[in-house]
Amino acid sequence: MNGTTARPWAAIRKTKSYKEIVKALWLSNPISKQILGICSALAVTVQLKNAIVMSVALTFVVAFSSMIISALRTIIPRNIRIIVEVAIIATLVIIADETLKAFLYDVSKQLSVFVGLIITNCIVLGRAEGYALSNPPFRSFMDGIANGIGYSSVLIGVAFIRELLGAGKIFGYQVVPEAFYAAGYEDMGLMLLAPGAFIVIGLFVWLEHSLLKEK
Amino acid sequence: MENLISIAVNSVFVGNILLAYFLGMCSFLAISKNMTTAFGLGIAVIFVLTLTTPVNWAVYHFLLAPGALAWAGLPSMNLSFLKLVLFIATIAALVQVVEMIIDRYSPALYAALGVFLPLITVNCAILGASLFMVERNYTFSESVVYGIGSGVGWALAIISMAAIQSKLRYADVPEGLQGFAINMITTGLMAIGFMLFAGISL
Repeated sequence: MNGTTARPWAAIRKTKSYKEIVKALWLSNPISKQILGICSALAVTVQLKNAIVMSVALTFVVAFSSMIISALRTIIPRNIRIIVEVAIIATLVIIADETLKAFLYDVSKQLSVFVGLIITNCIVLGRAEGYALSNPPFRSFMDGIANGIGYSSVLIGVAFIRELLGAGKIFGYQVVPEAFYAAGYEDMGLMLLAPGAFIVIGLFVWLEHSLLKEK
Repeated sequence: MENLISIAVNSVFVGNILLAYFLGMCSFLAISKNMTTAFGLGIAVIFVLTLTTPVNWAVYHFLLAPGALAWAGLPSMNLSFLKLVLFIATIAALVQVVEMIIDRYSPALYAALGVFLPLITVNCAILGASLFMVERNYTFSESVVYGIGSGVGWALAIISMAAIQSKLRYADVPEGLQGFAINMITTGLMAIGFMLFAGISL
């Protein structure tokens, strides 16, 4: 942000963009604090790989939709803004979906309808309504990226735990040694099923609440 | 017929749109504090899903699917990539109609649901059901049954959640676990309960 200063890091910390990013990443991390974006996210957390692809797709959509909506904010008539926003978001989601189908067909099959459901992900519309409509394009873009990353961190965290405990694997590679299984260790099948995701998220939020309180 | 019954049972219990596919979580968590509103929203979702799934079936099969425009003399047209946009538009229009009907016939319910009715439009469960209907290649009658079943499943989940939460008020929950965290864990336990219906074979 400010290349002339002797300590660029300190200068960066003072910029508005930095503060917004910290706010989005930690202080109001979407999945636990804002409750909003939780829809559909959990279904793709059985495998780490799928969760990462989903995170990238969502970050792409939320960043660019915020930027475009912010750039158009003065010319969108107020009373039809939701429709305009949904149209912009839907276009970006279609681009993401078709790109996945073209280049990552297997992952796209496994993500099935959940990429399409980014349209109804409350984070995307929430950022458009809550931030992009009243801020300039670049800051909206950064806000979108930060919210996307905040959301991704939770998604990837849940996927890591579910894949590790549920299948003994990370990125599809076996990490729990054979000797453990020989000694009687068993994979936790529950983690691969839907209830596992709910419970892991619940425990995550518990951990986060405890950490924030200590501060 | 057997097929339809199994789709119905599956969409209400084992493949519950909320507890097995995580769709419609936002409104589920926001509205489940109060029994009356949870019930109202549950009914509204059943109603909207029952309407939108078959309507979107028609939209997909007469406008969007590969070769669907043969009746208009365009047999090689494939517009299926437009399904996201068109489904959302159909849903938004239908929700608007439902909103006006509720406003006209039940002002009390309208007042209770308040801002949350328009949120049904962006309720993932509604769009999700339509997308699953396409992905699973349901026929028209299957899509009707699937729409109703998913709606009933969602309503069942939110009403049970509201009931559990009203009992939970008297429980001594550890401090960090209060609110969102305990709700998620409760939902997880409910999901385990619903999965037990997997044993039913027709």
